[in-house]
Amino acid sequence: MKTENQRAWFFVLPVLLLVAFNALVPIMTVVNYSVQETFGNNVFFWQGLDWFEQILRSDRFQAALGRQFLFTFLILIIEIPLGIIIALSMPKKGMWVPVCLVLMALPMLIPWNVVGAMWNIFTLPKIGLLGYFMNDVLGISYDMTQNPFAAWVTIIVMDVWHWTSLVVLLSYAGLVSIPDAYYQAAKIDGASPWKVFRYIQLPKMKTVLTIAILLRFMDSFNIYTEPFVLTGGGPGNSTTLLSIDLVKIALGQFDLGPAAAMSLIYFAITLLVSWLFYTLMTKDDAK
Amino acid sequence: MRKRSLIPILYIAFLMLPIYWLVAMSFKTTNEILSGFSLFPQTFTLDNYKVIFTDPSWYWGYINSIIYVSINTVISVAVALPAAYAFSRYRFLGDKQLFFWLLTNRMAPAAVFALPFFQLYSSVGLFDTHIAVALAHCLFNIPLAVWILEGFMGGVPKELDETAYVDGYSFPHFFVVIFLPTIKAGVGVAAFFCFMFSWVELLLAKTLTAVQAKPIAAEMTKTASSAGYELGLLAAAGTLTIIPGAIVIYFVRNYIAKGFALGRV
Repeated sequence: MKTENQRAWFFVLPVLLLVAFNALVPIMTVVNYSVQETFGNNVFFWQGLDWFEQILRSDRFQAALGRQFLFTFLILIIEIPLGIIIALSMPKKGMWVPVCLVLMALPMLIPWNVVGAMWNIFTLPKIGLLGYFMNDVLGISYDMTQNPFAAWVTIIVMDVWHWTSLVVLLSYAGLVSIPDAYYQAAKIDGASPWKVFRYIQLPKMKTVLTIAILLRFMDSFNIYTEPFVLTGGGPGNSTTLLSIDLVKIALGQFDLGPAAAMSLIYFAITLLVSWLFYTLMTKDDAK
Repeated sequence: MRKRSLIPILYIAFLMLPIYWLVAMSFKTTNEILSGFSLFPQTFTLDNYKVIFTDPSWYWGYINSIIYVSINTVISVAVALPAAYAFSRYRFLGDKQLFFWLLTNRMAPAAVFALPFFQLYSSVGLFDTHIAVALAHCLFNIPLAVWILEGFMGGVPKELDETAYVDGYSFPHFFVVIFLPTIKAGVGVAAFFCFMFSWVELLLAKTLTAVQAKPIAAEMTKTASSAGYELGLLAAAGTLTIIPGAIVIYFVRNYIAKGFALGRV
């Protein structure tokens, strides 16, 4: 049992100060902009909730939000099962384990714009390995600067390439923590591989999978750099996800009011969905 | 058994393909790249790397990145340690709310904070310094470090603390001499993740710097602006950004798998 101790606040204080400095001041700046209109020269007019209404009603925001949900949904239903399958088929011990882990973790440590640039080089028609292979060897017309479908497939494959390893590493960590005795017991009972997975492996992976799903949700929902470098949001607006649209409004058009309102709506959606995931996945533990 | 190991092999091959292509490109001349497809560099050249290692604006990019990433990792882990201890051992007023609030910062889209961060750090006179980027990255790294460390500390039985106090250890002495070594795997994993997320982040790092502390990843955009022209140089710079990450993973390779198993949500 944890003991009640209010002095524990002193331990938390440094964290609190640093994070508050970084979080509260900027978020208040955003709130400030979101309810005002400015024509420059630091002159502001009270605008109320007009920007929020305008953003929520705009087709542009709804379209970007729709694309964002589609992207995140596809990422989660591809990466989570794939990561689990790969983790299950990895060797439990031996010299190949560290080799596998190091190679798998490699994509995660590449700066995000390098990831975008790398996939750009990789998919260029005529010059890139994938672009050449698709167009000139298989004869499938593939050019993500022209074809929205190709652009979507490319950003999805890029993200699977980039982040599936996180799910693999976390699931694998959950799997190696299962004592051998569990498997022996299952063998004696004559349990099928599916039953072993369903009743032994999956429950043991639950906590790490919760982390994996939450992290993958947050990061894919907030994704900016990789698709921006790869497609720039195009062709047209077909891959303009929420962050890309937000940066366009804020820094491209310098519409600070609408951009700030959009930021807050965006943040609220991320919070809400993360909270839902978190409550749903941990509700059994609370009992 | 053999069929089973095919899955990881195929997966790793898929991971390596784009990386191979980047590395192969970096050894090609611009002429060769633009003239058409070749699986291996025909005329092997180190010119692209030579440009990077002789031009200060290129290699300083690396040094800048490494400086702010290191500062960030040290700060994040150092302040997260006592906080994680408090969360794992004590109940106090608002502890659950505080923990959740910390995590919400991990969820904030960087795009939301870009402009306000620029204004904040300009107004306190830290714009274009390494410390600015290091502090800004604390926003998402501290919550993560607290989260990971709290998981590890929760796995250490409370009896360890109590026995130490009975034996007459003071708190700082106990924490450094007994507690830290027991959770060193956790510190390794936390440091690894802080390093990773600070190294790969670009949007904030780019927003907060101009010349003095400009990260390598931002330096690369100058080749991208003339897309298709200096692809070899871009590939070489990209290849070099993979190396620090690879070194760090190599050091923590044995902790990664074990690390998470001990940690919990």
